Amino acid sequence: MLEVSNLSVSYGGPDVLSGVSLEVKAGETVAVLGANTAGKTTLLRTVSGLIPKARGNVVFENSPLLGRPAHSIPKLGIGHVPEGRHVFPRMSTMDNLMMGAYGDRRATDLGARVDRVLTLFPRLAERRTQMAGSMSGGEQQMVAIGRALMGNPKLLLLDEPSHGLAPIVVEELHRAIGEINRQGVSVLLVEQNAILALSVAHRGYVLEAGHVVLSGTSQSLKADPGVRRAYLGV
Amino acid sequence: MVQALVDGVLLGGVYGVIATGLSLVFGVLGVVNFAHAEFLMLGMYVAWFAWRYLGLDPLLGSVLSFIIVFGVGYVVQRTLIERVLKAPPAAQVFLTVGLLIAIENAALMVFGSEFRSVSVPYQVEGYRLAGIFISAPYLYAFAAAVILSAALWFFLDRSWTGRAIRAVAQDPMASALVGVDTKRTYGLAFGLGVALTAFGGAVILPYITVSPTIGGQFVVLMFTVVVLGGLGSVAGALVGGIVVGVVQSMSALVFPIQLQNLCLFVIFIAVLALRPQGLIKGA
Repeated sequence: MLEVSNLSVSYGGPDVLSGVSLEVKAGETVAVLGANTAGKTTLLRTVSGLIPKARGNVVFENSPLLGRPAHSIPKLGIGHVPEGRHVFPRMSTMDNLMMGAYGDRRATDLGARVDRVLTLFPRLAERRTQMAGSMSGGEQQMVAIGRALMGNPKLLLLDEPSHGLAPIVVEELHRAIGEINRQGVSVLLVEQNAILALSVAHRGYVLEAGHVVLSGTSQSLKADPGVRRAYLGV
Repeated sequence: MVQALVDGVLLGGVYGVIATGLSLVFGVLGVVNFAHAEFLMLGMYVAWFAWRYLGLDPLLGSVLSFIIVFGVGYVVQRTLIERVLKAPPAAQVFLTVGLLIAIENAALMVFGSEFRSVSVPYQVEGYRLAGIFISAPYLYAFAAAVILSAALWFFLDRSWTGRAIRAVAQDPMASALVGVDTKRTYGLAFGLGVALTAFGGAVILPYITVSPTIGGQFVVLMFTVVVLGGLGSVAGALVGGIVVGVVQSMSALVFPIQLQNLCLFVIFIAVLALRPQGLIKGA
């Protein structure tokens, strides 16, 4: 479904990503682990067209993505929940959700899509008219995920969804991510919290300083001594 | 006194629409458009020519002003302003001030320096209500401004394009991620901003004469209104417009006409010094 091959990105200095190759198959949840500056966010931003100068190949369902403007990517079926949530602060929950369907605004099933999001996150139903900027971090994360789902993505890119949230909220979010995946959406999940990421993902990649240093099933990564030392704190 | 209040509100409503355009441009693009008043002048000329050669009342010609100046604004944004969106503020100031000088001098060349005015049947008419005289051109311009403001509010609140404009103002990156073409949206927002101001210029044509340098008379007023309302706030600009209109017409009771702008300057400086976020918050 998504194939990244030999991808290199630099912001003018040394490469932030160099020669990265990875793949997400239809129906999979794939985790990308790594420390703060490993290049995880850059990877997702490149897929979404936010970084114009990238070398290599990114292909989504036979369409090459590199060089495409960012606003044309959601229509292909890719939803992106950016790091730091980036909800529209002075818009209500409903307006945020509706903006998520902007690329698909002529669709006739927007009401059903809203219902799907509110079933997934019942808490948002109580917050329909509240300004997103005045909500808690966890609720904002739900708005951000809901907004991305409104575009009916086949692939969902999630950037640090658990960052800065209370453990109980994180658990709720990860249940939701599992549910989204069971509904048939592939997920590419970037996380610093490796325990959580590997508990929902089928497979994972470990990024270090812009290189993929390890990859495998969640089981094998959890068992890998290097991963255990560096990311699982064991 | 009450008379001055009524005049002030009627004038101020139009100032509100004129300044809303400036506020919208700043709110969405983050650029202070020093050339903004030049688009008011263009709107006035469009309405003047529509009156002179098509026989259109400026109140109807204002629609033409809106459409034409919208187109001009969109092109100016996509060809010039777009280049400095991420540049330091100094570059933006140089560009918009340069634009001001260029547009003003082009207008002098094309339209000539003479003052032009329209004559409409209701020019000196009005209504008497409980001893107060309500000037017809003031009233009609005010009504047009109110209608356009309501339409603007509806557009920004309900339409897909309006929502996209608000979204880009709040978070351009997230807007791109949901499929908004941010470059095009910046163009539309700039076009809309200058078109609102052009519309305001057209509807006041029955009581103000137009010349290529008319922008200079409105630039201080516009910035005062916007600073009063809080830069970037559309609702604030409307309230600010009415406050400025009232102050202007009240001060005419006390001071000679030449000192009208002095009062505006004093308010402008006082607001910046005491309440730089504007008189009202949010929106």
